[in-house]
Amino acid sequence: MAKNVCIITEYRNGDFRRVTHEVASEGRRIADALGTGLVAVALGSGISAKAPDLGKYGVDKVYVVDDPALEYYLAGVFVPVIAEVLKQLDPAAVLLPASVDGRDLGARLGARMNVTLLQDVIEVVVGDDGKIKAKWPMFSGKCFAWCEWADGVPPLLSIRPNIMQTQLLDESRKAEIEAASAPIPKPRASVLKYELDTSGKVELTEAEIIVSGGRGMKDAANYAMLEDLAGQLGAAVGASRAAVDSGWRPHSDQVGQTGKVVNPNLYIAVGISGAIQHLAGMGYSKYIVAVNKDADAPIFTKADYGIIEDLFTFVPALTEEVKKLKNS
Amino acid sequence: MNIVVIIKQTPDTETVIRLAPDNKRIVTSDIKWIINPYDEFAIEAALRLKEKHGGTVTVISFGAQRVVEALRTALAMGADDAVLIDDPQMRDADFLRVTRALVAAAKEKNPDIIFIGSRTVDYDQGQRGAILAEMLGWPHFALAISMESDGKDITIERPIEGGKVTLKAPLPVLVTFGGSHAVWNPRYASLPGIMKAKKKPLAVKKLTDLGLDPADFSPDKARIRITSLELPPQRKAGKIIDGGLDTSGKARELVKLLREEARVI
Ligand SMILES: Cc1cc2nc3c(=O)[nH]c(=O)nc-3n(C[C@H](O)[C@H](O)[C@H](O)COP(=O)(O)OP(=O)(O)OC[C@H]3O[C@@H](n4cnc5c(N)ncnc54)[C@H](O)[C@@H]3O)c2cc1C
Repeated sequence: MAKNVCIITEYRNGDFRRVTHEVASEGRRIADALGTGLVAVALGSGISAKAPDLGKYGVDKVYVVDDPALEYYLAGVFVPVIAEVLKQLDPAAVLLPASVDGRDLGARLGARMNVTLLQDVIEVVVGDDGKIKAKWPMFSGKCFAWCEWADGVPPLLSIRPNIMQTQLLDESRKAEIEAASAPIPKPRASVLKYELDTSGKVELTEAEIIVSGGRGMKDAANYAMLEDLAGQLGAAVGASRAAVDSGWRPHSDQVGQTGKVVNPNLYIAVGISGAIQHLAGMGYSKYIVAVNKDADAPIFTKADYGIIEDLFTFVPALTEEVKKLKNS
Repeated sequence: MNIVVIIKQTPDTETVIRLAPDNKRIVTSDIKWIINPYDEFAIEAALRLKEKHGGTVTVISFGAQRVVEALRTALAMGADDAVLIDDPQMRDADFLRVTRALVAAAKEKNPDIIFIGSRTVDYDQGQRGAILAEMLGWPHFALAISMESDGKDITIERPIEGGKVTLKAPLPVLVTFGGSHAVWNPRYASLPGIMKAKKKPLAVKKLTDLGLDPADFSPDKARIRITSLELPPQRKAGKIIDGGLDTSGKARELVKLLREEARVI
């Protein structure tokens, strides 16, 4: 029997995060190409009840470590436990989410198992010879690189969220569950606080639509206008560095090279000039709309749809039209 | 307190990337080099910690002689001494191996704490810090957006999707820095700082100086290798919505296109 492909899940607040389904779907595709099975390693507190659901996305079997000590991610706990389980499973390849915690976990796991992680993968191909190659963006998306692993080294890759298609195979498909045994170490670090935003705000890196404002917004209060539009669209609100440096928006809203890299279906850039460092963060958006009063703004060279208007008159008009659409 | 900061010299963020004829490297001949912006955040955090608790800040980097400039800049910002690992054997070594050399150089400084940027703006793998910590057997905190230390313990905040976690651990700890310029606001090198930096110690080391075997670093030992590079498909400029429409006419047209053509709303 060929070795299985394995995914590592991410579980938070009583459920698997969506990116886990994306990783499972990609894992299934790779397993099919290799003619093998797909297993998962799932760590969490109270995770056993949800684990069979991974079957829907193509997972055949889940190795579960369910323990109250696994409520929050801590590298000092998760890495040794997962490394131990993986050693027993000896998979052909391991995939995990390139989420905040997944990136952290993957890097440390790769070093511990001496395999080298490839981080932030956006495409995977399986050759006829069964060799896995993966692509990731470097130089802030100005260049892509393909890479492969040396013979005998099982690929370990973290998958960028919001890129891979989720494939729901069958609503009723259940994964088999097995409790994995691995000692849970006591960590040196401790979680003092774990604060989740409960306002229902859409997280930038997971948003389907982003409305982003730059220096053209002129002041913090004017973002209410973008919040309105975003509310109508079910969108998240982002910002350029100029807006963040001015103190109008929190740094967690910054999109770009030294901010977040986002991959929404639609990115609406309002009063943003389109500096190369900003494009680095949103260049993958499927559709880009630019609203800018300067017809020569570089953002127009990247935008699918451009509006040359004063944003203070155009944004309210756009919100009105979206409202009409939603009510029709 | 012995504070070590690991930095990397990267192309300036404005750099236009061109591929070398072998399609495995980029053309580096006409590049302007800078300190990786996230590593600058790490330097700033280290200097703030030193200002509070005393101690020394050592910056360590690797690469060709041009990297001396990045190290001198860090010294001019206020670091005390610098180490450059410059060994041609390292040029094609993979991530794990390069990091092993950095670990060896860091260990010589008996660090209580190690700082590094969370990502580099070149290869953007965002994993050096975690690998370093694993090799040292230390805990690490990634993506710090704040940091407090009394010299015994360290507390940081780290953003996660839709939230924030506060973590604490006793030293030694490795911290990687995230956030943005608005959070860390790295200082510029002052003119007196630049003058002083010229006299600060900067050691250049080879792998053998660090007790490492250069043969371990040969390209055929790499666990992972780049097979090819490609440039992303060029995004073409799309349409400007005008057609003599007034503001709400343009808004209506945009909504229609997003709905019917792009199908994204
Ligand atoms: C190391 C480094 C890292 C960086 N990282 C980032 C990053 O992560 N993210 C980022 O965004 N930037 C980053 N930058 C900064 C980047 O270079 C730009 O300075 C920044 O993106 C500019 O923001 P902006 O487009 O909002 O402002 P500007 O460039 O000033 O553009 C404002 C735009 O608003 C338009 N405008 C003004 N008023 C109106 C109006 N009433 N109606 C319509 N349009 C209007 C103007 O025509 C102009 O095009 C970085 C820079 C460096 C050096």
